[in-house]
Amino acid sequence: MALLDIQNLRITYDTPDGVVEAVRNVNLQIDKGETLAIVGESGSGKSQTAFATMGLLPHNAQVSGSIKYQGQEIIGLSHEEMNKLRSNEIAMIFQDPMTSLNPYLRISDQMAETLIYNSPDGKRMKKKDAIAECVRMLEAVKIPNAKNRIHLYPHEFSGGMRQRVMIAMSLLCRPKLLIADEPTTALDVTVQARIMDLLVELQEEFHMAIVLITHNLGIVAGSCERTMVMYKGEVMEQGSTVDIFGKPSHPYTQGLLSAVPRLDQDEERLVTLDRSFETPMAEG
Amino acid sequence: MMVDVQKMEQLADNLAAQEEVVGRSLFADARRRFFKNKAAVVSLILLCGVFLFSTFGHMIAVWSNEEIDWGILGQIAELGAPSIENGHYFGADELGRDLFARVVQGTQISLMVGIIGALIAVVVGTLYGAIAGYSGGKVDNVMMRIVDILQSIPYMFVLILLLVVFGRSIFMLFVGIGLISWLDMSRIARGQTLTLKNKEFVEAAIATGVKPITIILRHIVPNLLGVVVVYSTLLVPQMILTESFISFLGLGVQEPNTSWGAMIAEGAGTMQYGTLWQLAFPMFFFIITLFSFFFIGDGLRDALDPKDR
Amino acid sequence: MSTKEPILSVRDMRVEFKIKKQNALPWHQPDILRAVKGVSFDLAEGETLGIVGESGCGKSTLARAIIRMIPSQGGEVFWQGRDLMKMNEKDLLGIRKEIQMIFQDPLASLNPRLTAGQIIAEPLKTHHPNTSKDEVKKQVRELMEKVGLSARMINRYPHEFSGGQCQRIGIARALITNPKLIICDEPVSALDVSVQAQVVNLLMDLQKELGLSLLFIAHDLSVVKHISNRIMVLEFGDIAEIGEAHDVIHNPQSPYTKELINAVPIPDPIAERKRIAERRALEAKA
Repeated sequence: MALLDIQNLRITYDTPDGVVEAVRNVNLQIDKGETLAIVGESGSGKSQTAFATMGLLPHNAQVSGSIKYQGQEIIGLSHEEMNKLRSNEIAMIFQDPMTSLNPYLRISDQMAETLIYNSPDGKRMKKKDAIAECVRMLEAVKIPNAKNRIHLYPHEFSGGMRQRVMIAMSLLCRPKLLIADEPTTALDVTVQARIMDLLVELQEEFHMAIVLITHNLGIVAGSCERTMVMYKGEVMEQGSTVDIFGKPSHPYTQGLLSAVPRLDQDEERLVTLDRSFETPMAEG
Repeated sequence: MMVDVQKMEQLADNLAAQEEVVGRSLFADARRRFFKNKAAVVSLILLCGVFLFSTFGHMIAVWSNEEIDWGILGQIAELGAPSIENGHYFGADELGRDLFARVVQGTQISLMVGIIGALIAVVVGTLYGAIAGYSGGKVDNVMMRIVDILQSIPYMFVLILLLVVFGRSIFMLFVGIGLISWLDMSRIARGQTLTLKNKEFVEAAIATGVKPITIILRHIVPNLLGVVVVYSTLLVPQMILTESFISFLGLGVQEPNTSWGAMIAEGAGTMQYGTLWQLAFPMFFFIITLFSFFFIGDGLRDALDPKDR
Repeated sequence: MSTKEPILSVRDMRVEFKIKKQNALPWHQPDILRAVKGVSFDLAEGETLGIVGESGCGKSTLARAIIRMIPSQGGEVFWQGRDLMKMNEKDLLGIRKEIQMIFQDPLASLNPRLTAGQIIAEPLKTHHPNTSKDEVKKQVRELMEKVGLSARMINRYPHEFSGGQCQRIGIARALITNPKLIICDEPVSALDVSVQAQVVNLLMDLQKELGLSLLFIAHDLSVVKHISNRIMVLEFGDIAEIGEAHDVIHNPQSPYTKELINAVPIPDPIAERKRIAERRALEAKA
């Protein structure tokens, strides 16, 4: 059985201008310990799919289809059940680590909170133990001098370090599935490389499945086994990363791959995406 | 396939080449959203009603606001109640004057005070704040400290002093209210300007060498308008309230002129004689207007910043 | 390197920012952040110089200091032989016509209350206030077609355009005064890859057609390599390396450039995984 099994997912929004379809007919499966990349440009529905899995969609969103986590249907779960799932099974990290951390609380308080109120075995952890555990996690994400730094405030960390803190925080409850939504987009390339290395290492250590949502084809090539390409709310193609990059079958994927300038090749002129594969209806 | 699409697009372009597409401005968008807000639209209609009442009310009135109806004087409680037959639609006041004509007059003055006060605030406050915020540095410091100083003076005290020293007149009332109303507005405008100043479109204007005053008037002020409009709809009732309070104290508008505040004061004074209409009618217009302004302000805020909800 | 006389030469440019400490009293000395520490370079006519570096390396600050949008603490900038830093405001205005700028955020760089036509026309109206209305409109329409926008959209507002189209409006605005140099501050980093390719191609075409010089600031090495003749790598306000694009990418001299290049992922699973393995092996050794 797949860890996460999404069937016929459709997300629509009721807006003053009518119903907008954000995602349609998405199917995907992830097994334990696997890494799947969801690639797409802005508005492709890649983040919407992840938010639906986390139950984090805004109120005016309507979801149909099925999202099964370890055989359990997620769509329609109550708030409490969803919270339990989020705190113990599925974790998510976001593009901008600053907005996900409360600037008025010390890192230690924010991290320990997760453990004290949501500890996996249901018991409340003592604060001292919780902080010790947090320090261990910060060490796991390679924050130097974690023992002292845990008492700092978020703005005292650099962007890359903040993202590490976020990753450490999401790992506290030992999730089986980590959804990373553009985790390196706000970071510099050298930091990006280190964060991606870290994610791969942690995946082996914690046996997690990772869903990496990104528009950066380079980081997908480096660290994901399978890739799914989305465009305007639909899945264009999915398969093993090597196949998709080596011989992309869909014209959109082909276009996307040839539109990126590559550091290891000299191209005369960038190939621009030929959108003729779109049906005239979708162009609207 | 691709060629066909291109050809078709070209054809369509050629057909419509001369015809320019009309853009939908942000204000047009906001207008559309505003008119979907029922409470705001109802308030707008009510407010228009109040405006029409204040401008054309005297045409319907049988009595003028100065005439005294000698026939009912002294028996106001018995004969002065609202009635269609004797022409006192809203009844008569303690001196036998027609309350309908008086309310029309009071509405005119109160609305004028509110709107002129808010207008001063909008024009002076927005420009002052935009200039301070855009200039930054020392200019900003000096300009904003002046605002601080003006704001730290207990203004009700100054206003009362002004009215006592220079005599009670509507003009002095405008001067007094105008002096203080723009202070808050200038702060709001400055704060907004500081964030706008770092926007790339302002940088782009600086880079091409657009003059500072043009940048303020063309790039900063139009983008402040959303906040300013919302705040000024809340400022109008605030001005009306201030005037009412001063008139209630007996310092504001003087006889034979009147305003809602003055009328409510009179009405409250004669409440125990059983002439409740003298309080009820001015109060009714007062409340309707304030509520309308508040709801319109609310509607405008939602319409201008749809993302903030 | 061409032997042509440089159109722009920057000598020993320095920019410092004063940073007030938290809770500092007014008479406390502020800290000084040296954002640009003595940068010198030349730019030839029709040449593209790419400026790369990570966030906070001073690349945007340098560009803004060159055209005196922000004050600098030293250095000379020669524009066709005249020192910009010693110029009075009036002469500077004449130069601003010749140096234009394109910004990172396509939507934020356009005033939301003005139409595309008004936005594009602004530099023209600033520098040639006597141009007739019809002439302005004619030029705006021509430019819109040139950057790949339909001239019918002249009365539309920025929010009615897509990100790529907004960037085209920004490019049209930069071109209307017939500048000789365009400073592009991360012009494609906010765009989707497919749109990014279109804008890069447009910039390269325009440069060839109009003989423009470009200062192309970006953090994405692959894009910079593609568009630039020469590349300057900035590290904490200093030049780490400057040279021909091909040399800098394929034969980097400074360790910082090497690190940057090694960190850029390649969209090819086989090559990329090999590279990562090599990098890890290297790190393990060190």
